[in-house]
Amino acid sequence: MSVKIRIPTQLRTLTGGEGEVAVDGSTVGQALKALDAAHPGMGERLFDPAGELRRFVNVFLADEDVRFLQGLDTPVADGQTLSIVPAVAGG
Amino acid sequence: MPFVEALRCRECGHTYPVEALHVCDFCFGPLEVSYDYDAVSASISRQRIAAGPHTIWRYADLLPVDGTAPVDLGAGFTPLVRADRLAAELGLGELWIKNDTVNPTGSFKDRVVSVALTKARELGFKVAACASTGNLANSVAAHAARAGMQSVVFIPQDLEVAKIVTTAVYGGHLIAVRGNYDDVNRLCAELTSEHPSWAFVNVNVRTYYAEGSKTLAFEVAEQLGWRAPDHVVVPVASGSQLTKIHKGFGELAKVGLLDEEPHVRVSGAQAAGCSPVATAFAEGTEAIRPQKPSTIAKSLAIGNPADGWYALDVVRRTGGALAAVTDDEIIDAIRLLARTEGIFAETAGGVTIATLAKLAAEGVVRRDELVVAYVTGHGLKTVEAVGPHVGPTATIDPTLEAFADAVQLGDDARA
Repeated sequence: MSVKIRIPTQLRTLTGGEGEVAVDGSTVGQALKALDAAHPGMGERLFDPAGELRRFVNVFLADEDVRFLQGLDTPVADGQTLSIVPAVAGG
Repeated sequence: MPFVEALRCRECGHTYPVEALHVCDFCFGPLEVSYDYDAVSASISRQRIAAGPHTIWRYADLLPVDGTAPVDLGAGFTPLVRADRLAAELGLGELWIKNDTVNPTGSFKDRVVSVALTKARELGFKVAACASTGNLANSVAAHAARAGMQSVVFIPQDLEVAKIVTTAVYGGHLIAVRGNYDDVNRLCAELTSEHPSWAFVNVNVRTYYAEGSKTLAFEVAEQLGWRAPDHVVVPVASGSQLTKIHKGFGELAKVGLLDEEPHVRVSGAQAAGCSPVATAFAEGTEAIRPQKPSTIAKSLAIGNPADGWYALDVVRRTGGALAAVTDDEIIDAIRLLARTEGIFAETAGGVTIATLAKLAAEGVVRRDELVVAYVTGHGLKTVEAVGPHVGPTATIDPTLEAFADAVQLGDDARA
């Protein structure tokens, strides 16, 4: 499954400035792991030592917060877009 | 600004230069302005503040901008009103209302926006943008007009009519998004990466913007004769305002403006239809689960609050509480505040007063405390909420007889 991942400014140093990256994976967790494999350093920015998404990292699948879905186990269909967005905004 | 040292991550302590940054590059934690408090102490004084303008800019030494040419519509220095009649209804003793409905665009947002756009202009931005539940939209559009900046304001499309009109009238771009506030916020967080030349006041300039809410503490302390209250009740949307009010009292002590160390209990108010922080408080958990909002208190309808965790932490550390109130309780509280104190609040103010009533009834807010409730937005912005519940008490023909038949006045009015 090919998944598009949108990368926020804060992480673009790890993608050579790219704002969008394509990876393979059939769940949100797999796709993010693949992102880390392709762009080393991503993992420690996105995950806490327990392997959960950091408190201030939001991930959206097709514009829905994955915390409303099945978290990292949420299935991803071919061609869908994941967005990584800093949580600290708004209000 | 002469007193700002750096931006510092609240989570991991990394420091950053004083630029348009809001998130730690490493851990995504929020950045916080750090000041040289020794230098502030040497400069600031009660006399110097008293000689300043009757706006938030009297506290410029504790704001993260140069402040020499603020973007200013006159925000702040709003009345602190002793509320004896409301206190009597709620069984409380010394109760004050911080009446922030009377700001230039009718809400406390003028404080944060005045700071944000002043900083944005100092940083060279020409475009002011925001994600808003309405009050911020009003304020950004107005202050951008005042500053001669372009504005691009994003709102959920289902906002109250008044909030749409009172934003659109200033002539900037107003983008109504099909979705709720959290959708709008996510869009704006992504747009910030694509439009780095825009100052999104509550995204990339949020670190500075949020500091404006400290003035809600500064003013209350000054208006009480340079003492802190015992207990404050604050509405919670993102949680930023609550944490900054707490920070504000602490800073006043730090720079020597208070005679006594403040011990302010901080309590938070949410609507039952959007209560992620109050729910975490009630359940005793650390994690804040996002919610899908459904409440008439649209200005507080943030289901995924950025500072929710910090607000929860402040409430717990200070011995306060969080509670959530129903839409009916909100409407009743708007009418109660209007009837007892002559202040017409928007739905968020209803949330605050209803929560105050609930916490007073539970004995959490006590009769022996000096209590301040923050009422942060004007009722004319949300007339839909109370419109179905109030109206003329009689409709008559223009004759003395019709009036006498229709209206029974109390003794005071009969003469």
